[in-house]
Amino acid sequence: MAEKEAWKGFKGGRWQEEINVRDFIQKNYTAYDGDKSFLQGPTDATNKLWAELQDLQKQEIAKGGVLDMDTDIVSSLTSHPAGYIAEDTKDLEKIVGLQTDKPLKRAFMPFGGIKMAEESCTNYGYTPSAELHKIFTDYHKTHNQGVFDAYTPAMRAARKAHIITGLPDTYGRGRIVGDYRRVALYGIDYLIKQKKIDKEFSDNANMTEEVARQREELAEQIKALEGMKAMAKIYGFDISEPAKNAREAVQWLYFGYLAAIKTQNGAAMSVGRVSTFIDIYMTRDLQNGVITETEAQEIIDHLVMKLRMVKFARITSYNELFSGDPVWATLEVGGIGQDGRHQVTKNDFRFLHTLVNMGPSPEPNLTVLYSPRLPENFKKFAAEISVKTSAIQYENDDTMRPIWGDDYSICCCVSATQTGKEMQFFGARANLAKTLLYAINGGKDEGLVKGMQVGPECPPITSEYLDYDEVVQKFEFYMDWIARLYVNTLNLIHYMHDKYYYEAAEMALIDTNVRRTFATGIAGFSHVIDSLCAIKYAKVKVIRDPATGLAEDFQIEGDFPRYGNDDDRADKIGIWLLKTFMRKIKQTPSYRNSEHTTSILTITSNVVYGKATGALPDGRKAGEPFSPGASPSYGAEKHGLLASLNSVAKIPYEYALDGISNTQTINPAALGHDDAERTEKLVQVLDGYFGQSSHHLNVNVFGVEKLKDAMEHPEKEEYQNFTIRVSGYAVRFIKLTREQQLDVIARQSHGVL
Amino acid sequence: MTLGRINKIETFGSVDGPGIRFVVFTQGCPMRCKFCHNPETWDFKGKDIGGVEPFDISPEDLLQKALRYKPYWGKDGGITVSGGEPLAQLDFMIEFFECAKNAGVHTCIDTSGVSFRHADAAFEKFERLMCVTDLLLVDIKHIDESAHKELTGHGNENILDFFRYLDEIKKPIWIRHVLVPGISDNDEALARTRDFIRTLGNVERVEVLPYHAFALGKYDELGIDYVLKDTQSPTAERVENANRILETASYTRWRNK
Repeated sequence: MAEKEAWKGFKGGRWQEEINVRDFIQKNYTAYDGDKSFLQGPTDATNKLWAELQDLQKQEIAKGGVLDMDTDIVSSLTSHPAGYIAEDTKDLEKIVGLQTDKPLKRAFMPFGGIKMAEESCTNYGYTPSAELHKIFTDYHKTHNQGVFDAYTPAMRAARKAHIITGLPDTYGRGRIVGDYRRVALYGIDYLIKQKKIDKEFSDNANMTEEVARQREELAEQIKALEGMKAMAKIYGFDISEPAKNAREAVQWLYFGYLAAIKTQNGAAMSVGRVSTFIDIYMTRDLQNGVITETEAQEIIDHLVMKLRMVKFARITSYNELFSGDPVWATLEVGGIGQDGRHQVTKNDFRFLHTLVNMGPSPEPNLTVLYSPRLPENFKKFAAEISVKTSAIQYENDDTMRPIWGDDYSICCCVSATQTGKEMQFFGARANLAKTLLYAINGGKDEGLVKGMQVGPECPPITSEYLDYDEVVQKFEFYMDWIARLYVNTLNLIHYMHDKYYYEAAEMALIDTNVRRTFATGIAGFSHVIDSLCAIKYAKVKVIRDPATGLAEDFQIEGDFPRYGNDDDRADKIGIWLLKTFMRKIKQTPSYRNSEHTTSILTITSNVVYGKATGALPDGRKAGEPFSPGASPSYGAEKHGLLASLNSVAKIPYEYALDGISNTQTINPAALGHDDAERTEKLVQVLDGYFGQSSHHLNVNVFGVEKLKDAMEHPEKEEYQNFTIRVSGYAVRFIKLTREQQLDVIARQSHGVL
Repeated sequence: MTLGRINKIETFGSVDGPGIRFVVFTQGCPMRCKFCHNPETWDFKGKDIGGVEPFDISPEDLLQKALRYKPYWGKDGGITVSGGEPLAQLDFMIEFFECAKNAGVHTCIDTSGVSFRHADAAFEKFERLMCVTDLLLVDIKHIDESAHKELTGHGNENILDFFRYLDEIKKPIWIRHVLVPGISDNDEALARTRDFIRTLGNVERVEVLPYHAFALGKYDELGIDYVLKDTQSPTAERVENANRILETASYTRWRNK
């Protein structure tokens, strides 16, 4: 590729000869060790636009959660005219582009499933178009229809019993992060050219199913790239060539992301690792006097404002699973490079500073890739933002880098993916706590479909007291069953998703020879550990329903160790559980030869999973929420925060490459006397936790009183943007369902001594 | 080897000494302070409260537990023994802190000093313990002898003696003064307390701790009458006033460590 005018001032390298954004970053970024003093406040334009947007957000809440909705336009790259936050302030928007023609208006996206698209309209009082109904039922099949055509009876039963829940069979699977930076660095035309070369490569190949599929997919990708150009043109931009300055770079990159969210309604639509990349453009412009620091911050503020506006139409039952309208527009800062240089730039400060300039917000899901070796100034700044806003999460770069390199993004909540090199087949969780009950009840369900033979039929355990060896033996049998059924269910779903709802726009920004991972998940982790501990170290008596013979409650006699106290007796059972489940998952072949992984991550679905699950031998009552992700059970922790962190840190990441999510709430008074001291202590906690091969930490700093007050008085001004971290994402507390608010409150926060 | 009788362990103590502390609460205390927020540690045997049962442990085992948290301590954290009254288990404390110092751990004791006797046979043990103690958190619960007796069940004479002894051996201390409306929150007592503190050269920090009724539930559970149940927390103005009289802002040595 010839030297481009747009690249003037950049250090050259392999990135000029091929698509290689990482090489561009490594050759050109400027690490920043200084403190926050360079940061600038919001401009008048930012204040004006943000006030406008907050007003819209208030209207949205007042209208029951949805401000406006499309009912008769199918969302596509070019389906809508240009949209702005408000007509009279549109010239103030440094970064433009909306999902539809109006702010916070939700698009109609039927390709995942027409039923779900229609239901999400009717749930909020809108009437979906009859014509579109006819098209997407009579003339065009959707992903959802494909899946349900092929589901087996066993899959339907498992779904109904909620032993597997959260399957992406009615909407987009999400989790694919396009390398949106490519749009800025290379311009669309070069990307099209490269995809064409990839396609020509198989012109003379034997036309196997695999080759035919790839050729069709490449054609779709090329079409999507053309579509992105047309979409940008609607806003008056030509993105066929590389971006020439920082504002263009951010705009080009955002157009790439906008293409993804206009065409896919995946549960998680992450932005990726863009901060250091953008900083290179910022630095060049600042050096050349093209922009000032105030303008640099304004560009980032306006990008973040757009990311705060991403919305999808969802049905009520989806909101119960993933409460508070999350989209996982996850965006990373920090991290250390393979050559040992840290990758913190001024732009990482700017992104975190948006939480100061525009107040706390759950989106974008700002993630600090943490290492104790990050510069002290940056660690301190991030901790300070956590203490103030509770809006950011931390992930261990030292744990992930050896596996994913130094240019990975976080897709969804906590899962790493190499930017532009990988995609994920993701879906749902296996409810292992319920699986344990199936072991006791011989495969019969004890919850939503009580008495139904969901698992294979085996003699139930009939002894009065549970015997550890007998329970473990049967539990392994039912784990074998659920692992196989789960992988096969996902195989079927992802086959249909590729067929009916292929992510052409995102995949166009990923290498053609893509590596695929197959991400499963575990729910009920802490409860299985504590239950097995109770059976092993105390005596657990089974209380059976006389009518059905099913275990309906358990009586525990004596004390037993629990996960969350840095007690190896319990923690080793957790390690065993993960390794055993992962081994079983790997035994079933995965779709498109993808690589099996798993996560211990429930998001807010811990409430729904708990609802569908009977009483457990650890003392948890029927229907009570599970603890989220890999967090220890509520009330199990008896030795304080650090003992709890140490327990979670023992879970080996190598067996849960999709992530180990831990959520902790610390009372401000327990963290220090004032914010300066709290910040300092939090850095020490993070250094200690991430210094021992742990993976993830959500940090909340507030007291229970504040939560209770916010639940009772959601109308108070101070709670409008009150953001908290739940398992895997941040959410506006007042937008959670009441059930989930109570669940958050019930979790004992680490309080004052 | 002497076993320690421990009420509970808190792995994340952030307000009981410098940095992040592994806090050990010993079981048993001779004092009966009306505002005590750990009444479950009074009895020397103790009983199960809220699923936490007192236990016996060897100094070496307790240190091994503590060292699991070394990654969090950074440059300034370490172990704090609180209670109960740690100095009521002198032999255990000496062994525990000797192990800890051998392992290079910063050691701190949160004590009332009530069991200190300058002439007692235990004095030699105090001296040994002070050799392996880096910092003490101490409280002048009331400067007035009779008011002290009324508040805690003990006079303050040997406690003030303890302060003078620590000053003599130049052992760094942090003074924490609990401000209880109607008892210690009066300007005259605060001024006398200040005058006493001024005579000491080893004070690194002075803190005013506003009284809270957080422990009310524990008293109920233990069946102990809580005499301060009608006492409110001091107002922000009174806390500010106490800070001013006690000159807390002028004690800054703890910051420069």
